[in-house]
Amino acid sequence: MNVYKYASPTNFYPLAGKMIPWFATPAAILFAVGLFVGFFIAPPDFQQGDAYRIMFIHVPAAWLGMFLYVLMAIYAGIGWAFNARLASMMASSISVTGAMFTFISLVTGAFWGKPTWGVWWVWDARMTSTLILLFLYIGFISLQSSIEDPRRADRAGAVLALVGVINVPIIYFSVQWWNTLHQGATIRILQKPTIRGSMLWSMLILLAACWLYSVAVVLIRVRCIILEREQNAARFAEATL
Amino acid sequence: MLRWVVWRDLILAWRRRADALSTLFFFVIVVSLFPLGIGPETELLRSIAPGVVWVAALLASMLSLGRLFANDYQDGTLEQLLLTPQPLYLVVLGKVAAQWLTSELPLVCMAPLLGVQFGVSNDTLVVLVLSLALGTPVLSMIGSIGAALTLGLRSSSVLISILVLPLYIPVLIFGAGAVEASIIGQSPAPHIYLLGAITVLSLIFAPWATSAALRISVE
Repeated sequence: MNVYKYASPTNFYPLAGKMIPWFATPAAILFAVGLFVGFFIAPPDFQQGDAYRIMFIHVPAAWLGMFLYVLMAIYAGIGWAFNARLASMMASSISVTGAMFTFISLVTGAFWGKPTWGVWWVWDARMTSTLILLFLYIGFISLQSSIEDPRRADRAGAVLALVGVINVPIIYFSVQWWNTLHQGATIRILQKPTIRGSMLWSMLILLAACWLYSVAVVLIRVRCIILEREQNAARFAEATL
Repeated sequence: MLRWVVWRDLILAWRRRADALSTLFFFVIVVSLFPLGIGPETELLRSIAPGVVWVAALLASMLSLGRLFANDYQDGTLEQLLLTPQPLYLVVLGKVAAQWLTSELPLVCMAPLLGVQFGVSNDTLVVLVLSLALGTPVLSMIGSIGAALTLGLRSSSVLISILVLPLYIPVLIFGAGAVEASIIGQSPAPHIYLLGAITVLSLIFAPWATSAALRISVE
């Protein structure tokens, strides 16, 4: 079997269609299991009570928000360097999911901060850099959506994503330093007392669920993009398979 | 080649003096609005001065970025420049240098006056000018990437701000940080050094990214 065959969007279209249930179904099951463990089995924290349960969704969302940006930049870079249309399409479809997870991590962070710290928002280094990450995602999405020629949109997005990736560490360190300079008494993210097994498990299961969900959604979205750009060829490939 | 591009853009800018001047006035007006909105307490104004001046400089630099390549793109000069055998890197460097000289350098020169309005001491004024002089080239450099990417798009001026302002954040932090350190009596040197490092990095890499973006946009 020639793997490179599937680098062509028209060949990938039916394959993606077949793969989606294999990711979507375990994602749904793991979400159910993870949430059950998180809500009913994991004990309440002795300091934070039940509020800490937000972490079960907050932490996976924050991880994926950061990771998907890098993944998006890699795909965009491959698409630009090797003129691979499919990789560029993957980058566009990842960007929306990544932005969503970054947004979720900010919102759940605020929900967690209100009962725990007493405020919705602190200009903490991590929160500020997550906010900036969301801005970078928004820049990428708005640039791509305002360019009508898909080839130019792919490449322009790639340049922006790569510039962003180089900037992310600089931004992170500058924000961290800015934060230590400005805040007299920083509110630290509480040192975790040795985490209970069921708490850890719930978080890991939900992380896996978020991963599988991302893959499934990205595949669905990439199928839509392929259909939009190469309608006839994709339909034909699926009919003949 | 480099000198030719700079010279040509300077002449063009001189023939349209109003553009460069309007950027300068925008900067002055934005900074002057803050005391009106916040109130005339000297202590408060002094403590927010670095942030206000720097944010105003960031916003003012947005105004001139839209013009950086747009005119050349419309009359076809840009395509000719892309076709020249000289490296595009130098063309971009020259155009950005000219943009800095016409739009950013006046801001740097005007900054001490605004600092005096905010009751900033003389030593701090020196730091303010130094940080702006080191930081504004980065704004032009990173901004040129955004300008090249959004070339010829409908809503390019708004789009440039969305793309470029998040990337300006390190410059803002270190630039305003240097001034603030000087106000509270610390040494501004570490901020200035880091700002200098960012300037050098952007001088090396940004023209390259801008050239790539130009080729994508004009193709």
